[in-house]
Amino acid sequence: MSDNHNSAGGVPTTGHVWDDDLADYINQPPKWWMLGLTASALWVVIYWIMYPAIPIAINGTFFQGVGLPGSGKWTAIKELAEDQKVLDDVRGKWESKLKDMTPAAILADADLSEYVTRSGKVLFADNCAACHGQNGVGTEQKGAKFAVREQGLMAPRLNDDDWLYGGKVDTIYETVAGGRQGMMVAHKDSLTAQQIDDVAHYVKAMSEEGGKDKADADSAVAAGKKVFAESDCTACHGADAKGIQAMGSANLTDKIWRFDGSLEGIKQTITYGVNSGDANARVAIMPQWLKKDEQGHVVSKLDEVSIKKLAVYVYKFGGGQKEDAPAAVVAEAPAATPAAK
Amino acid sequence: MSEPVKKAPAEVGSVTGIYNEHAEWSTNLGDATIHAKRMPGRFRTLKYITESFWLIFFFGAYLRWNGKQALLLDVNNRQFHIFNLTILPQDIWMVSLLLLLLAMTLFAVTSVASRVFCGYFCFQTAWVDLFTWIEGKIEGNPNKRQKLDAAPWNADKIRRKVFKHLIWLLISLFTGISFTIWFVDAFAYWHDLVNLNLSLMEIATLIAFTLGTYLLAGFMREQACLWLCPYARIQAVMADSQTILPAYDVARGEPRGKLRNAGKTVAQQGDCIDCFQCVQVCPTGVDIRDGQQLGCITCGLCLDACDSVMDKIGRPRGLIRYASLDELEGRPVHKLYQHPRTWVYVSILLMALGGIIYGLNHLGTLTLRVEPERQPLFVRMSDGSIQNKYTFKVLNKTDNDLSVIVKTEGGIKGQQLIGSETPKLIAHGRASSFTIFVKAPEENIQKEITPIEFRVENADNPGMAAEYTTKFTAPAR
Repeated sequence: MSDNHNSAGGVPTTGHVWDDDLADYINQPPKWWMLGLTASALWVVIYWIMYPAIPIAINGTFFQGVGLPGSGKWTAIKELAEDQKVLDDVRGKWESKLKDMTPAAILADADLSEYVTRSGKVLFADNCAACHGQNGVGTEQKGAKFAVREQGLMAPRLNDDDWLYGGKVDTIYETVAGGRQGMMVAHKDSLTAQQIDDVAHYVKAMSEEGGKDKADADSAVAAGKKVFAESDCTACHGADAKGIQAMGSANLTDKIWRFDGSLEGIKQTITYGVNSGDANARVAIMPQWLKKDEQGHVVSKLDEVSIKKLAVYVYKFGGGQKEDAPAAVVAEAPAATPAAK
Repeated sequence: MSEPVKKAPAEVGSVTGIYNEHAEWSTNLGDATIHAKRMPGRFRTLKYITESFWLIFFFGAYLRWNGKQALLLDVNNRQFHIFNLTILPQDIWMVSLLLLLLAMTLFAVTSVASRVFCGYFCFQTAWVDLFTWIEGKIEGNPNKRQKLDAAPWNADKIRRKVFKHLIWLLISLFTGISFTIWFVDAFAYWHDLVNLNLSLMEIATLIAFTLGTYLLAGFMREQACLWLCPYARIQAVMADSQTILPAYDVARGEPRGKLRNAGKTVAQQGDCIDCFQCVQVCPTGVDIRDGQQLGCITCGLCLDACDSVMDKIGRPRGLIRYASLDELEGRPVHKLYQHPRTWVYVSILLMALGGIIYGLNHLGTLTLRVEPERQPLFVRMSDGSIQNKYTFKVLNKTDNDLSVIVKTEGGIKGQQLIGSETPKLIAHGRASSFTIFVKAPEENIQKEITPIEFRVENADNPGMAAEYTTKFTAPAR
């Protein structure tokens, strides 16, 4: 290997020699390579001016940026705006329809209802999930961290079929747009502790299987039934205790509890009420999401179209109530369309 | 061309032999254009026949089937149409088997008869053959072509050269168009082309393939086989001493020498008369008498040339012939079925083929996926029943929009299906999604998780259906 096959052959060297025979040639890079390097250096300068690289973008001056040929005067903000416009154009064909449609009409249109579900998901996560939980599962408040009046759900679950104010999609829209305030008076002055205890037993029994029959066997339940019928409970909850949606009173016979459904929890609700002004009252406030000024301009965070999307989205959680007949058992499912009445 | 190589037999194949041979290696770097002679013969005819396979490439895309392009690789819409079949991205695994099948076919053929693909089917070979044929028509035979190349530029040379390149470019353009129309509707593409209304991608593809064809077939030619083609590099590992390939019978041919005495060879002289016809017809410019080598695409044209010379001098044909190394070196010649290498390739080939046939028979028309809602897993309804939410994704692989109805199998006694009252419209060629709820009375639920099978079936044709098994979740018990 000691033979030097590649003699310098007249190429000048740097003059340094290592290990007896290793020398550095002074070889120029190829011409095409040098041309490329020079062209790249020139391009840096041109690019630096064309995409204004210094923040002195003053209108009318050269440094405002000349932009790439054919692209007009390019800025990153303009590019963003153009990209967003593409998105808006894609959505435009649906968005333009939503404005004049009722939530029920949107729900009936398969294509539109699919579209609003997608954007409804984002709106719900941003605005609603804090209280109602992701996907409307509700936020359970339990344990020592919370006061007795705070035990139970922070806000109603939205994916069951129990609705205080009604589960039709247009009603859901009204609830979101206008807000709701639960109202139940405190009974700590009108009923004795014994009566409250009895009526709590009765209310709890009603939600259990065969609960109403327990009245015959269980003395507390029987006494509670009497209190329920004779005091003002039926005024709001109805004689059958199934609630009156027009006033938002709870259905006491189903399995869903808006607040803590334990005996202690029920007594707490009856004693201090809901939004009754009492310090120990339960709080149930749905904010008003649609606000307008005198000229009718929307001033709230959400506008009508967003709330329509939310209404359809919440409806489709699984508890939404159709305009008429309930779902049929599949075995004898008549393949009839849900007749619009 | 290179002088005949004289090898000392003891050195052939040994390490010293390789280094001694080194001086004899001549490397075709494409400095001089190879103007190969065209001679008629069996393999020349065979080559014309096999090369006409590429007419399918030019005209196959115009075939119509039920008013649509019969063969359309619609990459833009992510679906392949092959007559009645529509292959969607979900079936793409079959493409990997197809590639395996093609590779193994190539391997198996190579192990039996060496580079049959290169010599008879390869697009590079076929296009170069077409380009040189045109060159011969315009510029004359190889001698005239060499003279024309060397001649100074005059009106005649310019006319011939411009005409030749124009024809080459036209063929290249037609090649580019023919390639593109396999991916877009052929007639719509021609319409857009005539109206200069092609998309950027279509223009780019057209230009790339036009220039690529022009450069590769017009200028690169055998250099593409020598230095660009990956298959040329790997093919040697598939061939062995049992593989037949065009070979020069050294024992019969050597010592070679000029033909003398009116058709009678001098005693002690082999059959090779050193006429160089085999070299002159070679499209890659190799001398087959040097043995098997990288440049040889085994096209068999030298066999035709040698046979015609052997006929003329009254010697038997087959001085250059398809023969295995075993045969030439006097070892026992094995039968084709005694070639284990081929069996390995063929068995992999058959497995791939089996997979594709299975896949094509199980393409299905509907595909169903059901995702149970994860948050919440279940919801307790006001009557105490438990409701689960399912997102259905139904892929419709047919060419028509379908209405499907949803049914269940198993699950909980007394369960209700909510959301399936009306048939669901599933647009063709894509996946549609919808939501179904299942509500079951709690007293009938036995386990936390109960399997449930969903079935969607075409409302008009219940035989067209797809099933998916998932689970119904209830509170822990």
